[in-house]
Amino acid sequence: MKLVIGIVRPEKANDVLEALYRAEVRGISMSKVQGHGGELDKVETYRGSTVAVEVSDKVRFEIAVTDPFVEPTIAAIREGARTGEVGDGKIFVTPLERAVRIRTGETDETAVTPVGA
Amino acid sequence: MIAQAATEIDTGDTAWMLTSTALVLFMTIGLGLFYAGLVRSKNTLNTYMMCVASIAVATITWALVGYSLAFDGTGDLIGGLGHFALQDVGFEPREGLTIPHLVFFVFQATFCIITIALISGAVVERMRFGPFLVFAALWTIIVYSVLAHWGFGGGWLFERGTLDFAGGIAVEMGSGFSALAAALAVGARKDYGRLGLLPHNTVYVLLGGGILWFGWFGFNGGSGFGTNEASVLAFANTLLCPAAAVATWFALDAIRGRRVTAVGAATAIIVGCVLITPAGGFVSPGWALALGALGALPCYAVIVYRPRTGVDETLDVLAAHGVAGFTGILAIGFVAQASWNGVSDGLFYGNAAQLGDQALAALATPVYAFVATYVLLRVIGLVTDLRGVDRDEAVGMDFIHHGEEAYPTGEGAILVSPEDGGEPPTPVAQPARGA
Repeated sequence: MKLVIGIVRPEKANDVLEALYRAEVRGISMSKVQGHGGELDKVETYRGSTVAVEVSDKVRFEIAVTDPFVEPTIAAIREGARTGEVGDGKIFVTPLERAVRIRTGETDETAVTPVGA
Repeated sequence: MIAQAATEIDTGDTAWMLTSTALVLFMTIGLGLFYAGLVRSKNTLNTYMMCVASIAVATITWALVGYSLAFDGTGDLIGGLGHFALQDVGFEPREGLTIPHLVFFVFQATFCIITIALISGAVVERMRFGPFLVFAALWTIIVYSVLAHWGFGGGWLFERGTLDFAGGIAVEMGSGFSALAAALAVGARKDYGRLGLLPHNTVYVLLGGGILWFGWFGFNGGSGFGTNEASVLAFANTLLCPAAAVATWFALDAIRGRRVTAVGAATAIIVGCVLITPAGGFVSPGWALALGALGALPCYAVIVYRPRTGVDETLDVLAAHGVAGFTGILAIGFVAQASWNGVSDGLFYGNAAQLGDQALAALATPVYAFVATYVLLRVIGLVTDLRGVDRDEAVGMDFIHHGEEAYPTGEGAILVSPEDGGEPPTPVAQPARGA
């Protein structure tokens, strides 16, 4: 059981969702985050003040999966998020100690397996 | 259009027309807000800017040639160049009116401005800003001036006796059917038909719709060119007709989706205002209510049907303006009453010929607007790309075309001073960048 964290470009978030859906990965959390991963700054101008925006908007996916689903999930995130330019994001995989489904009290692998799957 | 016999300047008429002009200009700002709310947040500024740019571009083209082509002389298809660059447009009233010629010019300019701004709704979220400016400049001359001449300025429809109080021909059908052509020429957005592309701020949509309604009292109420009975009738009808359209929309929303929607209400305000635009000074207040209630039906049908087609006419200019303008122009042919307007009766009051004249306008205008706009955009498209690459569309027009965001967080923004030669300082956290 692993927690897969994918941090991707906001404009690719829908492509990632579609790729995950095709890979039959269900049970996803998404949040908007800001960060910096070495990409070029966005230069914007407001009333004569030119600014370089050092942090970029990103979308962070958090997906708890059973071990057989780790590779398909990583592949799907890469497929959806990749443009080839610096700033496409990162994927982190960490071990997951416990999981509990609130409604039923089911734990661990049963808890991260979606209903009906 | 009601022309009075007097040629002396009337101060009351002039005061109201100055006010009306400012009201109509404010409509374009309201339209920008309405459109901005309907697009995704990454395209907010670009969408609004297309309306702001319309004010600048159309004012210049209108002053230079557009006004002259629309309002100089009685040529069948197009006016002359006698008022080129505002020649002979001064304090003396235009023939048959009681307001200075300059006031008439600037009032008409605000109509030209909002019409091209309306068309932007068909191409938002993808058309490049530069080509839009070129399109706006040429469209106001090639399409708007011609239609304004037909309906208002002494062209063939005007001479036949086709009635169009405030712009069902040039503004509403002109924008609506041009918008359809523009959507086809520019093509659908990248994700159209694949993802739900939703309005990002419904409060903007409602506020924009409200500003449009407010401004429309000048648009219709000023189209009698004074404080005469026609203006008063149109002013009253501008409250009645949209109110009835909103009520109908509520009912249709409730029947179709069991809920009454806010975006629907804002849309219905505009549909109602458009329905009464051509008919405002010609139909009784009772018929204005009926027109709002019944005329909303075809517009609603087109709005429901359009997304099921492959045509990404993004903000439904065709339904809200083209179809509503068409309906309003035809309605005059049925329910115009000489006892209210002093000009002509419609079919219901014994004058079937009026319906024929109205139908002619309702057929000729869409054909000209559609064909001319489609050809114009195709020609511009030969010279420059009408839209950017897919990535631009994904990032959003605001950053790509304007270098600004509608909702910047301000976090991580480092000031770049000119002394640095435009190079931002390297952040401490990123020493390896570029290595």
